[in-house]
Amino acid sequence: MSGLRAYLDRLEPLFLKGGKFEKFGALYEMVDTFLYSPKDVTRSAPHVRDAIDLKRVMTYVVIAALPVALAGMYNMGFQANTALAALGQSGIDGWRGQVIDALGIGYDPGSFAACFWHGFLYFLPVYVVTLAAGGFWEVLFAVVRNHEVNEGFLVTSMLYALILPPTIPLWQVALGISFAVVLGKEVFGGTGKNFLNPALVGRAFLYFAYPAQNSGDAVWVAADGYSGATPLALGAEGGVGSITGDGVTWMDSFLGMVPGTIGAESTLMCLIGAAFLLYTRVASWRIMLGVLLGMIGTSLLFNVVGSDTNPMFAVPWHWHLVLGGFAFGMVYMATDPVSAAHTARGRLWYGALIGALTVLIRVVNPAFPEGIMLAILLGNVFAPLIDHFVVQSNVRRREKRYVQ
Amino acid sequence: MEAALSLFIKSIFVENLALSFFLGMCTFLAVSKKVDTALGLGAAVVVVQAITVPVNNLIYLYLLKDGALAWAGLPETDLSFLGLITYIGVIAAMVQILEMSLDRFFPALYNALGIFLPLITVNCAILGGSLFMVERNYNFGESVVFGLGSGVGWALAIVALAGIREKLKYSDVPEGLQGLGITFITVGLISMAFMAFSGIQL
Repeated sequence: MSGLRAYLDRLEPLFLKGGKFEKFGALYEMVDTFLYSPKDVTRSAPHVRDAIDLKRVMTYVVIAALPVALAGMYNMGFQANTALAALGQSGIDGWRGQVIDALGIGYDPGSFAACFWHGFLYFLPVYVVTLAAGGFWEVLFAVVRNHEVNEGFLVTSMLYALILPPTIPLWQVALGISFAVVLGKEVFGGTGKNFLNPALVGRAFLYFAYPAQNSGDAVWVAADGYSGATPLALGAEGGVGSITGDGVTWMDSFLGMVPGTIGAESTLMCLIGAAFLLYTRVASWRIMLGVLLGMIGTSLLFNVVGSDTNPMFAVPWHWHLVLGGFAFGMVYMATDPVSAAHTARGRLWYGALIGALTVLIRVVNPAFPEGIMLAILLGNVFAPLIDHFVVQSNVRRREKRYVQ
Repeated sequence: MEAALSLFIKSIFVENLALSFFLGMCTFLAVSKKVDTALGLGAAVVVVQAITVPVNNLIYLYLLKDGALAWAGLPETDLSFLGLITYIGVIAAMVQILEMSLDRFFPALYNALGIFLPLITVNCAILGGSLFMVERNYNFGESVVFGLGSGVGWALAIVALAGIREKLKYSDVPEGLQGLGITFITVGLISMAFMAFSGIQL
């Protein structure tokens, strides 16, 4: 290891100002800080002594997203293998089929390994394309604008890959992440300067630009010619009755064993990730609590109001919790510290707004079965305003207290 | 009552004048640097919109529409070609009256709104509201609700934009995009988020 350190140190002068490759200083910095902790410290006051820095925060979020990603891969393979069995096919064409045949792992939906590796072969290209296309823009902006390549992109790319449908064409993956990185983040100056969650910007862009490959019934199971509605789409048709009528129990949905996005389905794994994020204090408990309470309150309200024509009115809150990407959005997306509200009280309101809007969109907007993505984007839009009013009310309260 | 409520919600969120129709863009972009001024302008737009749309509605229904002059014994007359100029005149007159009465009775509010009141005369969201009212054949009650709702929607949009722009003061925008350029991109992203409401059936 010390050999690598020495090698990096020997290269460093080339990338410093005046060196041969000074243009690519950002690249050197990226590799160096990825491998080793940066040794730079603040030289002028104020000083805060803490081991936590942006790198650690971002790495923790990626770690927290791993369980849900692994569960997602298994589920994706499980859904695909089950669909293949139902269609009576014994294999798949293309390079995935060749790899699976070469490894001899087969297509048995009952085998954990077969499901996991099948799903992994769908996740891997999406993630690689995301990293390559998004990374290209990150590095380009860093080189041209002379700032650092940030670990924030690792989180964006991970979360972005997990909320795509399994069957999405790879060129759309690249287009979406390019839009997210360039227009969602870099034009504002990079990590920490944007006002919307970049991963969601990319997802929403794809959703509106290419609805055929990003919504509907046919995109959620990675098997050709198989069309499986997500439980949310079923719920929109006939409420909880339709979901359970399709053989999906609450527990299936809680564990994430349902057709859906690549990795945002398992509520259990999201809660494990949430526990880790809350324990390490990387994510705000106020936001998560706010989202949860907003969702529960609004769905109870809809339950009471009731409707003869819209079965979604009657869906209880514990179903809303496990359906679709609600838990994933609550834990990983809404808590993005950059685009969320910054004040303590504001975070509760911000969360509640997202929770309420999610249920609202799910129930009364037939155009979108899933609401959490757009609800979080709307929450991001109103977050600065919420902060503004919280600060103003603090100012007024203190004025009252001190001006006699 | 339920129909009125659904029209109100619809005109605020689903058919937001600023973010779905991109009306009133000049003031929307120019006066959204600070939340406080945006709040003042938003309030002024709500008031003016809530007055002019119903007034124009009455004028349209009883003077301009084809056959509207039947009460004066002229059932053949169709004055709807005078619509545009009438609505603009009504808006200008209403804003002037509002300005004078605010100056006389609520000087504090008048001073807070300042230049924005006369600016509203040339805000296309206001004229757009009246033209939508004609196009969609609203009756008087509906036009009151629509005027109020569309004003609130526009105010909500400009206040949200102002909040974001206050936050963006700390961002590091490339030189060529600073100012209006980044504001256009911001508005585009906001209206993408507002597409959450498109398609809501009430």
